[in-house]
Amino acid sequence: MYVAVKGGERAIENAHAWLAEARRGDTRVPELDVAQIREQMALAVNRVMAEGSLYDPDLAALAIKQARGDLIEAVFLIRAYRTTLPRFGASKPVETADMRCDRRISATFKDAPGGQVLGATFDYTHRLLDFKLAADGEVPPAAMAPAQAGSVPHITEFLNRDGLIQTEAPSCETPPDLTREPLEFPANRALRLQALARGDEGFILGLAYSTQRGYARNHAFVGELRIGRVPVEMEIPELGFSIEIGEIELTECETVNQFAGSKTAPAQFTRGYGLVFGQTERKAIAMALVDRALRWRELGEDNLGAAAQDEEFVLSHCDNIQATGFLEHIKLPHYVDFQSELELVRRLRAEAEAVAKEAAE
Amino acid sequence: MDRKQWMGLLARAPAATLDGFWRGLGLTPAFTWLRMPEPGGVMVQGRMGGSGAPFNLGEMTVTRCALALESGAVGHAYVQGRDKRHAEQAALVDALMQGDAAATVRTGLLEPLAVQMQATQDSRAAKAAATKVEFFTLVRGDD
Repeated sequence: MYVAVKGGERAIENAHAWLAEARRGDTRVPELDVAQIREQMALAVNRVMAEGSLYDPDLAALAIKQARGDLIEAVFLIRAYRTTLPRFGASKPVETADMRCDRRISATFKDAPGGQVLGATFDYTHRLLDFKLAADGEVPPAAMAPAQAGSVPHITEFLNRDGLIQTEAPSCETPPDLTREPLEFPANRALRLQALARGDEGFILGLAYSTQRGYARNHAFVGELRIGRVPVEMEIPELGFSIEIGEIELTECETVNQFAGSKTAPAQFTRGYGLVFGQTERKAIAMALVDRALRWRELGEDNLGAAAQDEEFVLSHCDNIQATGFLEHIKLPHYVDFQSELELVRRLRAEAEAVAKEAAE
Repeated sequence: MDRKQWMGLLARAPAATLDGFWRGLGLTPAFTWLRMPEPGGVMVQGRMGGSGAPFNLGEMTVTRCALALESGAVGHAYVQGRDKRHAEQAALVDALMQGDAAATVRTGLLEPLAVQMQATQDSRAAKAAATKVEFFTLVRGDD
């Protein structure tokens, strides 16, 4: 039976009007503006930029306001907006070795050249609620010290000099872009890194944690974690030269993992890599661990059947917009689908009853 | 400062800061649009392991435009974000830098803008430097 369902327009309109009122909350409390969210909820803004895969702090802050703080809904808004933008081109690869670091730490080398720079970190806080923040608080200015000039070298470069760690081969190949072509397997590392960089922080975190607990063996050290700003440069065809088109904040994590080697090549440390928009270090570390786990084939390791080694599993499920789109669609009207299920179950029961009756006679 | 450098400076400058310096110049050159300000996206690439083969990291917003002054000088702009006025002012500066007003624009806008942005950068670097860990080793005395 075909059932056309119409109606609900007024209910939908009124639901959206109530949503707008609820978003505003108690009107005796001052309204948040977008700049306040951008400045004071910066890490939420960073997460929305990273998973929305669009670097624009003002837009991310607006999305958070519109989504009432539901960050996945905010990511959804950013992804939808992104599709309306014409693509001007691709940048040159950013050079993170030239990053102006706000933070740069190594868990492997205490005396790393350039030093251990903590930056504005939650590390070493006591995780006690600070009730002073509930009242208006004047913040004393941060301390300053003379900065050393020049860029801070990557720590893996030092290991590399001695041949102790795998080299990353540079290439000029145009990387695949999953926003342009559908994901196909097997995926190469470039595609995996793109998917992980925009993947859900919680999902990537859980997978990374599973590798630490023994599901895929790749004991990782954080060789280096850095957060800071890099310029973005692009070739401009009408000018015939490249210019900087802006500057973005990035978090980069390089892990140093256990060895690969063979009869012909001596043992070497291997690498995992995480690079994420904004100050997003939990995500960057997790990304590096999952990147490393997914490299089992090229490094000649065994597939232990762990989830984090299964690129189809990881890449097909790490996108929270795809996931939530499919998950949440089941709450929308399925009256017709369900009606056919209902008829089927009634028929099966009727048939079973008839068989039982016949057997009894 | 060559053209590549000033275009980069104008792209990275906060829109409000550039607007302040532009108003300070008091110039209102007539121009025609060659390409109206248009916001778009640029795919930012990273490198595997920081130094290896490129991969697509994600996009950033950029606004571009092109215009011509009555002198015929053509100004281009690609600036970060979605602010059309930012792009317009950057393109006007680019065009003016190719003509008689170059010296005025350089000393009245580009140089002070560069100084201000450097100061912001230096203050950030100084705050980071203050969080650098100074390790010291405790020496156990045997006497």
